[in-house]
Amino acid sequence: MTARFARQSGFVRRHILTAQPRSLGILYLFLGLAAVTVGTLLSLCIRIHRVWPAWPFPLYGTVQPEDYLAMVTMHGTLMIFFVLTIVPQNAFPNLVLPQQIGTTRMALPRLNATSFWLFLVSFLVLLAAFFVPQGAPVSGWTSYPPLSAIPIAGPGQGAGMDCWLAAIALFCLASVLAALNLLATIACKRAPGMRWTRMPLTAWAWLVSSILTIPAYSVLLAACLMLIGDRNFGTHFFIPPGDFVNGQLVGHASGIGPGSPLLWLHLFWFFGHPEVYISILPAMGLTPGIIANFTRRTVHSYRVQMISLLAIGFFGFCVWGHHMFVSGMNPYAGSAFGFVTLAIAVPSSAEVLAWLGTLWPGGMSLKTPLLFILGFLSFFIAGGLSGPVLAQPSLDSYLHNTFFVVGHFHLIMAMAGVFSLFAGIYYWFPLLTGRRMNEALGHIHFWISLVAAYGTFFPMYFTGLAGEPRHYAQLRGPIESFATILPLERGITFSALLLACTQLIFLWNVFRSLFRGEPAAPNCWQATTLEWAPVSFFESRTPVKRGPYEYGPRGELQDYIPQWESVPKQE
Amino acid sequence: MPAAFILLSVPWMPPDGAQHGPALDRLLGMNLAILFGLFVISQILMAVGILRRKPRKDTAAYRATWSRILTSSLIIAFCALYAWMGVTAQALWEISRLQQAAPTALQVEVVGEQFAWYFRYPGPDNKFGPTRTSLIDAAAGNPLGVVRSDPAGKDDIVSGMLVLPAGQQVDLHLRSLDVIHGFFVPGMRIKLNAVPGQVLHLHFTPQKLGDYPILCSQVCGIGHQRMQTMLRVVTPAHFEQWITERERQQAGATE
Repeated sequence: MTARFARQSGFVRRHILTAQPRSLGILYLFLGLAAVTVGTLLSLCIRIHRVWPAWPFPLYGTVQPEDYLAMVTMHGTLMIFFVLTIVPQNAFPNLVLPQQIGTTRMALPRLNATSFWLFLVSFLVLLAAFFVPQGAPVSGWTSYPPLSAIPIAGPGQGAGMDCWLAAIALFCLASVLAALNLLATIACKRAPGMRWTRMPLTAWAWLVSSILTIPAYSVLLAACLMLIGDRNFGTHFFIPPGDFVNGQLVGHASGIGPGSPLLWLHLFWFFGHPEVYISILPAMGLTPGIIANFTRRTVHSYRVQMISLLAIGFFGFCVWGHHMFVSGMNPYAGSAFGFVTLAIAVPSSAEVLAWLGTLWPGGMSLKTPLLFILGFLSFFIAGGLSGPVLAQPSLDSYLHNTFFVVGHFHLIMAMAGVFSLFAGIYYWFPLLTGRRMNEALGHIHFWISLVAAYGTFFPMYFTGLAGEPRHYAQLRGPIESFATILPLERGITFSALLLACTQLIFLWNVFRSLFRGEPAAPNCWQATTLEWAPVSFFESRTPVKRGPYEYGPRGELQDYIPQWESVPKQE
Repeated sequence: MPAAFILLSVPWMPPDGAQHGPALDRLLGMNLAILFGLFVISQILMAVGILRRKPRKDTAAYRATWSRILTSSLIIAFCALYAWMGVTAQALWEISRLQQAAPTALQVEVVGEQFAWYFRYPGPDNKFGPTRTSLIDAAAGNPLGVVRSDPAGKDDIVSGMLVLPAGQQVDLHLRSLDVIHGFFVPGMRIKLNAVPGQVLHLHFTPQKLGDYPILCSQVCGIGHQRMQTMLRVVTPAHFEQWITERERQQAGATE
């Protein structure tokens, strides 16, 4: 009995109540899996309701407009915060970052563990919004006031909105703490000889996204606290004087505290735009390494890519106004934000050119991790190229808040992001479990997902050009021209269902490979970066002598020199 | 060459009835054509990479040099493309948003509330009267709380449909009573939010006669999807007839 208890508490201490980065990384993956499951189910409900609005959901009944908006709000919030932020920015760095820079520990392990538990509480508080009276909020993931500031403005804007705000405020705190730990780790824990220019680009990406996280999430935290004040403590940061909602005067009668909803938009998008880069930069750091590994060619433009990551991070803070061209912001500011946004397209284009330049000579080994990186690249281009259209204020005046934008960010952020997460999981699975994932299942998973994802999100460009606005549960009313896009709507729904079902193949592959996967040799991809180094390297503290991507025929025996090898370079 | 793509993209868009519309559609079509071309080229490059099982037999040094030259010239080309986009789009933005409306423009106030649009014409005196939230009573025919006892407000006309004469510039005064709404007329290629606490201006010239849907493009609550009405563009003579009739009704109602 005591022995069993000791064994159990050993398991709990090693894997749950732990400050071990790798165990925390696994916990983060489970949190991300829970969030992505709920988020995906919500998106399927959304798609089904749009095509068959009269069909009552089993065990629930007919979907009301407020149910639809609540599902959209929660889908966006879960996916953006708990999947596309937590997994690339928290799960992956915990799994491999310390090893990649030549250590086994984080700089601030307890802080790191604390932020995981804060994320978990935040997740539970967010889900609680479904179960409070009147349900989840209806104001979308951007929560523009006064709709989000006035409980009587709609169902779900009472207790549900309070849950949302509390959850996001907690999430901000957790993100800032986690980013502080990553920054401290990269700054102080690098192995001897691990110079800045010898760090893998993944480490650079996590460095830049952590630098973005701290100011961006601090500002969102402040904005959330201000909105909580407006809702509960009589402040009027975002509620203008004379505001008249649902038959009641809710703003001050006259000029006292001239609050403005635009203040929230500025604060929110000052967070919201860098957030896009926080979630996609880790993918941009992972891509060159995986391309180099599976083409066995070195990364030629390491410095260009490093500088591009930094430039994207810097410009990422200067473009938030491109979400606000039609918000009532001064139109001269619109011009300025438009030009800066076009400027940010330059480093992104440089990155893509560098990757394409390594890929098109061919001769690559088409393993599943590379396939998913190719998918990432394909979606990054498909979604990225519509960015310059939306960056032009005059064109955005037509396209803003239409499905053109929905297609744009689902391709570049959601699909590109998720495909890079799959690439990371397929790539690091042998490192974490000692087994490989099944290649055949991986290929099937990839190709069906690729086709279904294009089928789901590419047609949205066309429905958006037709003028279809966001957040409409049904396309009814005087707009007859929308009848032409109904067949596209149906196609999108079928593709979305296929896309979601295909992910079961992935889950089965993970589950099966955990127990029955082919045992993997150490460093089975013949990779060069330090997370694949033998344990003896970390114990010996041997200085690092070379760059992260030394691939290419260098002798008779092997076509790569790992970073942990101390033999001098043969030139 | 890009004309084919422009034709491909345009049928998806609702009929275009505004004076500034054709230029905007042309620019949008051109942008989409160029970017779609780049999309196809990049996907072909990736497919070539996948299909080419044996790598090209170039030396590493050769490849490095060429990739450097090619990459930098392509980056310069992209800079030129983005600069062209910025400049051409700025020209349209200048006309529609940076320039003021003409002094002769027809003045109409647009008010959004959960979940309807109201349009107020200033009446014969060409002046909007003051409004007071305490007077708001949609059932009694005063959804905006216009102070009818005020001489400027006495003759104001409030309509649920926007009626405009073709060929005359209109200066919209956008505001909202409660939450943020989005005033979107796809057929006129215009969109601007109605923000409580602010009055925003938007001007355009309707050109072609017809009915154009007006939508709400910013989620505003449970009735967001049904916050729709119509813009009816009529001939100047018809408009004169309509507005005189409404003015007569209004004069009868206030007396």
